[in-house]
Amino acid sequence: VRRVVDALIAGVVLLLGRGRRAGRLRREERRVVALGPRRPGAELLAVAALGGASLCAVGFVVVYAVDSLPARTQLLGLSIGLSFAFVAAAFLVVARRVVPDEELEGEYHDVAPEEQLAVERIVSESGDSFTRKRLLKAAAGGAAGTVGVALVTPVLSLGPFLHTAPFYRTPWQRGRRLVDERGRPYRARDILEKTFYTAFPEDVDRELLGAPLVVVRLAPEELELPAGRGGWAPGGILAYSKICTHAGCAISLYRVPTFAPVEPKPALVCPCHYSTFDPATGGTVTFGPAGRPLPQLPLLVDDRGYLRAAGNFSGPVGPGWWGVRNRSARP
Amino acid sequence: VSLTRRTVRFVDERAGAAPFVRKALRYLFPDHWSFLLGEVALYSFVVLVGTGIYLTFFFVGSTKTSVYHGPYVPLQGHELTEAYRSVLDISTTVKAGLLIRQTHHWAANVFVAAIVLHLLRIFFTGAFRKPRDLTYYIGLTMLLFSLLEGYLGYSLADDLLSGMGLAIGYSVAMSIPFVGANLAALIWGAPFPGDHDFWSRMYITHVLLIPALLGVLIGVHLALVAARHHTQFRRTRRETERTIVGIPTVPGYAPRTLALAFSVAAVLFLLGGLVQINPIWLWGPYHVYDSTNGAQPDWYLGWLIGGLRLVPGFDWTIGKYTLVPNPFWGGAAFPLFVFVLLYLWPWLERKMTGDRAFHNLLDRPRDAPWRTAIGMALLTWVFVVFVAGSADRVQVLFGISYSAQMWAYRVLVWVLPGVALLVTHRVCTELREGEQVEQRRRAAETAARAEG
Repeated sequence: VRRVVDALIAGVVLLLGRGRRAGRLRREERRVVALGPRRPGAELLAVAALGGASLCAVGFVVVYAVDSLPARTQLLGLSIGLSFAFVAAAFLVVARRVVPDEELEGEYHDVAPEEQLAVERIVSESGDSFTRKRLLKAAAGGAAGTVGVALVTPVLSLGPFLHTAPFYRTPWQRGRRLVDERGRPYRARDILEKTFYTAFPEDVDRELLGAPLVVVRLAPEELELPAGRGGWAPGGILAYSKICTHAGCAISLYRVPTFAPVEPKPALVCPCHYSTFDPATGGTVTFGPAGRPLPQLPLLVDDRGYLRAAGNFSGPVGPGWWGVRNRSARP
Repeated sequence: VSLTRRTVRFVDERAGAAPFVRKALRYLFPDHWSFLLGEVALYSFVVLVGTGIYLTFFFVGSTKTSVYHGPYVPLQGHELTEAYRSVLDISTTVKAGLLIRQTHHWAANVFVAAIVLHLLRIFFTGAFRKPRDLTYYIGLTMLLFSLLEGYLGYSLADDLLSGMGLAIGYSVAMSIPFVGANLAALIWGAPFPGDHDFWSRMYITHVLLIPALLGVLIGVHLALVAARHHTQFRRTRRETERTIVGIPTVPGYAPRTLALAFSVAAVLFLLGGLVQINPIWLWGPYHVYDSTNGAQPDWYLGWLIGGLRLVPGFDWTIGKYTLVPNPFWGGAAFPLFVFVLLYLWPWLERKMTGDRAFHNLLDRPRDAPWRTAIGMALLTWVFVVFVAGSADRVQVLFGISYSAQMWAYRVLVWVLPGVALLVTHRVCTELREGEQVEQRRRAAETAARAEG
């Protein structure tokens, strides 16, 4: 009897419950987005973060407005950065704690062969009324090519495309004086050993690649200049183009062993890629990526003791190109 | 009627956008931290555009010179170009100018870093395979233009460091076989440092041409990702080649990605405010006859300076003609080879494996041992060259001879990629076999229990 009563009660409860659950289900089915957890605490946290963001944003405006504050770049960065960080925190709280944690399944798109076929047919059938397809294609190709060339042609106005003569030019010629950064002419006796000098041609734009020189003095007996450069280094004073023949940077390092020699000989070094040139042997490359020696400028000392160029460089200055070896430097 | 309903109705009646918006709102994003790298790049780009627009209001893209009388004492009385002077003003007198400038510079560094990490993720998980190879090519193209964009950006400032960088860029252009000098004449208008037009050309390229191109490419990139859906790892049995499992845009993913966007902005502005970058007032103005020791480019060009420094000193000549001037190898051939290999990779892998199928499930790096090994070899190669670019700093810091380091790197650059190839392949196969052992053991145990 008890079992029967239990079963009846259970049945009634089930019946009642069934109706309710079905109702709830129907309501949930109407939802598109699953109902998330209700976490007022997390929402308050997001509100606090947004409050922090507002506070920092106000701080940014205040720092911007008040000129007397120290370290304003730092304070500006700190305030706007923290403001963004607070907004990020708010979004993070919302994402992790407030919105429903849905992970849904979806379908990857399939390819649609019938659509592909339709496109293909539209294209090919549209062309069916043409009878001289090959001729038309050739003509269209020709027109497209020539119109394309015509449209690109004005690009040549950008620069003297075929005019490469300027790459051989330098402002040096026989008789031009060497001056320092303030325009004062160098005398031979100004040039000391174990240091280097930057020199420019007198009265010429210094921002030309061919202008700047690096000038050093070595003991005349140490020189082993190439044949034909006798007399290029009066009193052991040597002048080379200051522009590295590798990648065009200025050679601003002069390595001279001042005590127990680390490196055997004085060397001119470019700080960009450490091409290393030997001033004693005519600027030959002793290390690093440069492919050409430094161009040397022949010098002379005039009767008043000033240093002057005795001609142009031993070769074109600056980085190499197709024609860098087949002509000499010229004024 | 609620505001939401009214808004939706208004838009849909005029644009017919409801079906599209509905799909977009329930678009699924598979969840993995490495899928966020591309988003970091995207949000860095947004910060770059925002800060960049601000900078254009103050920058002057001209090399006309004038004598400086501003508040920065060390340069008073110096003749400065307008470009350099305007960047100096942005850094000193324009309110919030230095913050925005430094944030812009930091964002560029983070932008390229995020793209490179994103590329590594795509490569090592095989996400570049059909149907996403086109997306991959567009991504590579964006990386290429981002490198150029960053280079142009810091070159515009006309400080000593950027001028040295431009001289190197000019030399690499000159070194292109046969036509180098013609190209340089075309771009610079005259032998280096070129004529006045060059600066305005660089400027318009940096602030309009490349950003617009990047914007368009980003749009196509994202559209293609959306058209084929995102790839996914196989974490459970639910993920298959046909079924994607992910978090819908709304309500789940939008707050996550917005949190990431604001985090990226927060980090960039904090860096911009608190961590100094490229203090051009310390470098001074550029002159062709000036250079400084310890010059290093932004990190993403480090591999090129390493390449330029590593090549031994020779020009390839035929008679009186210079077929290949030296900077071509490190500055052009090397990056060209790396990019060509990356562009060809999807095709090469199809050829080698014969795999032409659709792939929506990602590989783990160990699942494709040869791809992972070759990728690691290439990465090691580029990384050794990158590290070689810092040998001068290592000499200053640790006193190790620069030339000794160079000779070591000239050997290591060929040895280490080979080592990386073999080690990576071995590690991948061992990892896979380890898993199989585990699986077999479990299968055997289940069988034994069933029998017992």
